[in-house]
Amino acid sequence: MKRLPYSQFLQVENLIKHFPIFSRGILLKKKIGAIHAVDGVSFSIKKGETFGLVGESGCGKTTTARTILNLDSPTSGQVYLEGNDIYKIFNSKDKKEILKLRRKMQYVFQDPYASLDPRMTVADIIMEPFIIHGHIPKEKRYDRLYELLGLVGLENYHAERYPHEFSGGQRQRICIARTLAVEPQLLIADEPVASLDVSIRAQILNLLQELQQKLKMTYLYISHDLSTVRHICHKVAVMYLGKIVEMADADELFSSPIHPYTQALLSSIPIPDPETKTSRIILPGEVPSPINPPVGCRFNPRCNKKKKNRCVEIEPELVNIGNDHWVACHAAYK
Amino acid sequence: MVKKILEIENLKTYFYTWAGIVKAVDGVDIDVNEGETLGLVGESGSGKSVTALSIINIVPSPGKIVEGKIIYKGRNLLEKNENDLQKIRGKEISYIFQDPATSLNPVFSIADQLMEVIRRHQNVTKTEALQKAIELFRLVEIPDPEIKIWNYPHQLSGGMKQRMAVARALSCEPKLLLADEPTTNLDVTIQAQILQLMKSLKKKMGMSMVLITHDMGVVADVADRITVLYAGRVCETADTKTIFYKPKHPYTIALLTAVPSLALRRDKLAVIPGTIPNLIEPPSGCRFHPRCEYAKSICAEKIPSLEEIEPKHFVACHRALEIDIKSPLGVEKTAL
Repeated sequence: MKRLPYSQFLQVENLIKHFPIFSRGILLKKKIGAIHAVDGVSFSIKKGETFGLVGESGCGKTTTARTILNLDSPTSGQVYLEGNDIYKIFNSKDKKEILKLRRKMQYVFQDPYASLDPRMTVADIIMEPFIIHGHIPKEKRYDRLYELLGLVGLENYHAERYPHEFSGGQRQRICIARTLAVEPQLLIADEPVASLDVSIRAQILNLLQELQQKLKMTYLYISHDLSTVRHICHKVAVMYLGKIVEMADADELFSSPIHPYTQALLSSIPIPDPETKTSRIILPGEVPSPINPPVGCRFNPRCNKKKKNRCVEIEPELVNIGNDHWVACHAAYK
Repeated sequence: MVKKILEIENLKTYFYTWAGIVKAVDGVDIDVNEGETLGLVGESGSGKSVTALSIINIVPSPGKIVEGKIIYKGRNLLEKNENDLQKIRGKEISYIFQDPATSLNPVFSIADQLMEVIRRHQNVTKTEALQKAIELFRLVEIPDPEIKIWNYPHQLSGGMKQRMAVARALSCEPKLLLADEPTTNLDVTIQAQILQLMKSLKKKMGMSMVLITHDMGVVADVADRITVLYAGRVCETADTKTIFYKPKHPYTIALLTAVPSLALRRDKLAVIPGTIPNLIEPPSGCRFHPRCEYAKSICAEKIPSLEEIEPKHFVACHRALEIDIKSPLGVEKTAL
């Protein structure tokens, strides 16, 4: 893939993350293989945009996000935030610089029941970043706390309560308030609504959109639920087994998907309308193991448009087929 | 004349917790016709699962069925003793649990677990039971059934486990299948596989099904009729098309508008304000009134009864005939 100029806000280049597998034993632990969780992912996000990363479980969406934040250090690859190589900063051990960088990027975790400390009050949870980063003077911390609570639609009296007193939707609001405490520019939301009910889901999605307009934030939105992705994302990348197979503007991707996997994925979403009978493409089998990914195109064992030799032998590259629509499929390039 | 295979009348299942009595199901009326799929929809805490558990009387403690009738083929299941019920569970009525990972026993092989059900309800030898189990595996389209059947649950993927759960539920050719969120934990492509499988098997065996889900997309695809539950009560019951195109209960309409759509991108999703009420002290009158935008004073005072406003269209709302709101889907159709 050609290197783009650093006009992009976040640029991920050929990111690879392999988790090693060791043989059993105490004395002789040998590396016997690797889980190819993320295998050469490149994309870029413009400032103020929402970029969606979709795919089934185990395709490497979450690992990509965690690696971008250096929660897992990458095997290889670069990530640039506003033109700065972030791994250089993370590896420099310069604590001040790392904290500065961390303030720019924040993460909303999938499960609001697991990501809040049950022994801290909401005020403690939201004000902890103030103590760590020290960007708000002591006397102003409570004002800022109430401001943040208001921003995510909670009341002032919620501040002294504990997480167990809240419902799932409210907890996710607390998580969002905590990330906003450091005024981040990039928010990585990892399935923020997956564990919530439909009506609550709509509230959180609307909140995320409002905050983006108000605070001009950039989102990396990770989800397996394509209908919410369609709703809030400007650009979408579809991942399969550690690779991006298709990437385009949301409208373009949903109206004219080209990769057979994207087509199958879109056709298998149940549509809440009894009269729309989609011709469903049922994929045979399941996602293969990322320890030994298939040779050639990784999707070839389940693909219905397989051309014999090339697909099993050569791995297709992600190619721009025009209109900023990127596809990695031999059948797509004519 | 369609025959009813299951009729639930005024079912009340309460949980006696230290904090108070949780009225999880509070007067639910449901009926299932022969050969039909009934979709039971609602948000979490609306009483969908408890209703299904009550049907075969396996409500976990401290829950208790307090009142009501569950009439299966003319017999009231609540009057049966445990022995009789065991003959019905698994054979006549079977259950697919929400989470395949926890509903399978980790210390027995799949073959053991399938053969246990078969040998309990059918008079067969061990080898015959094994043959049947392998047949079932073939039916649910698991590759290499002769080898895979000796696996333990942890050796199978989520989709495989759910296929196995479907196989176990269908092993004695039940007349009624209760499927509690059978695809919720699965990926969309696997969900599509399982739903298609269940649809084709249902047709093949001619059974009836109660499908519990919170996904409006799944019911639109699979169900013939839909019952919408809210806070332990039925809001609306009608055939699938009526629920989607001519819904009358404000909650049904709100539920439909809150779903993000693939077909049309709206700027803002409609929101149902507030959250599901606490079922220890549910709101007076209509349980939806604190969140309902059409609520009037009567809604807080009187509990609405389930009325048949059109043939086969039941709604529990005081203002169902006064308010006239179009279905969000109806609007979408013309916009497209």
